[in-house]
Amino acid sequence: MRIRDCADSGVLVEVGDLDEALALQAALAEEPPPGVSEIVPAARTVLLRVRPGEGSAEAVAAAVRRLRPHPGRRPSADEVRIPVSYGGADLAEVARLTGLDERGVVAAHTTATWTVAFCGFAPGFGYLVGDDPRLHVPRRPEARVRVPAGAVALAGEFSGVYPRSSPGGWQLIGRTDTVVWDLDRDPPGLLRPGTRVRFVEA
Amino acid sequence: MGAQSTRAVRPMPALEVLDTGILTTVQDTGRFGHAALGVGTSGAADHASCALANRLLANPSDAAVLEVTFGGLRVRAREDLTLAVTGATCPVTISGRGAAMNSVLHVPDGAELRLGAPERGLRSYVAVRGGIAVPPVLGSRSTDLLAGLGPPIPTRGTLLPVGPPPAAFPAVDAAPVAPLAADELLLRVVPGPRDDWFHPEALAVLLSEAYEVTDRSDRIGMRLSGPRLHRAREGELPTEGMVAGALQVPPGGEPVLFLADHPVTGGYPVIAVVVAADLPRAAQARPGTRIRFSPRTDRDRCR
Repeated sequence: MRIRDCADSGVLVEVGDLDEALALQAALAEEPPPGVSEIVPAARTVLLRVRPGEGSAEAVAAAVRRLRPHPGRRPSADEVRIPVSYGGADLAEVARLTGLDERGVVAAHTTATWTVAFCGFAPGFGYLVGDDPRLHVPRRPEARVRVPAGAVALAGEFSGVYPRSSPGGWQLIGRTDTVVWDLDRDPPGLLRPGTRVRFVEA
Repeated sequence: MGAQSTRAVRPMPALEVLDTGILTTVQDTGRFGHAALGVGTSGAADHASCALANRLLANPSDAAVLEVTFGGLRVRAREDLTLAVTGATCPVTISGRGAAMNSVLHVPDGAELRLGAPERGLRSYVAVRGGIAVPPVLGSRSTDLLAGLGPPIPTRGTLLPVGPPPAAFPAVDAAPVAPLAADELLLRVVPGPRDDWFHPEALAVLLSEAYEVTDRSDRIGMRLSGPRLHRAREGELPTEGMVAGALQVPPGGEPVLFLADHPVTGGYPVIAVVVAADLPRAAQARPGTRIRFSPRTDRDRCR
């Protein structure tokens, strides 16, 4: 674990891999350092922001050094089921890239247990990590100008659901009617860091 | 006509937008508690001027104001209103008569407040006693231009409702304000979090050379032009959380200084971060302004 300065606006805690990042998130949820205004998990890091005057980066860094994350621990949160109509524009390409056939991709995607590792790219866009490395595929060589809301996609070690229509370079394998981002809901995001996700065929 | 139409209905006080200049948005202190979902803080870019405007009117500190980019705002008072204008120094008139910045302004029903082009600075703030009472989104009335969250951008004809006045009354008529920098700005930085991704001389270059604010600058970030900061390592940085004030360096080597609407996460390394207290002055730098960066000293830290 390495703690990096962000002036008086926070500290960036860096770990070795995504598993350690999730264990760190779990430890931070159990013992939140005082004065932290926002926690921003990412693939290899967790950013702890402070509002100057309300917390100090030095005190947060000291509290983080005292943490003892447990390997394998996940930030506890809800479990959601997301029904998916498989048959996205890139399903055939994903089948080719993985060496599975299209039914095989669907079987792997619905069998895997997914966990939201972090959010980013757009409000409510969760980066989901699974437990089936066969589904790791590269991004598309060219991003699409418009990916519809509800598109279910793969890229790298991640799966995701587009919260709203936006440009995107992920491989589209299906779509869902589940609304993952709703400003009238509290919290607005369905896919929060730590949330476990099961995809089921609609 | 029935009885209903003769009953006097007191209209809600409002500001009627007659012109917005280049860009006017509603802003407050920002949106907190949703960064883990990918929602940025947003809020007034120069939060010090925003806070001053609210303080002058005895508003709560999180009351929403108008952030006016490079003047050009015209609004009409619907009801007698009390306003304050702070931030970028610009000519202010009320129905054609000159009025003072950084002071309590009484604007009668039907009168027009107008902001000219600023002599110094970039963003002026117009606060109204009671605050701008548009509906909040995720707990804030700030418009986040990157995420497309928050109140819609006001246009000609928009009626901005004004909230009920606070119990407290303004304590002073005017506040003394230090003049904004004319054409060169000194900002204090702390190296990191990714200074080790750069050649050792890159930090020395950043701390000794001047950078110029380009016109490719907005509430998301200020793109700077100046000596390139060369990386010591190739490859992609896994996406990581970003803070306001971060000096992110894209592959071209010229830094971007992140402001209020910066992305929550980013994939280019951040060589240094501007200290929070200097961000309001940074947000007032208009294109062409020269910026120099100096290391934060231990004395700065104790303040």
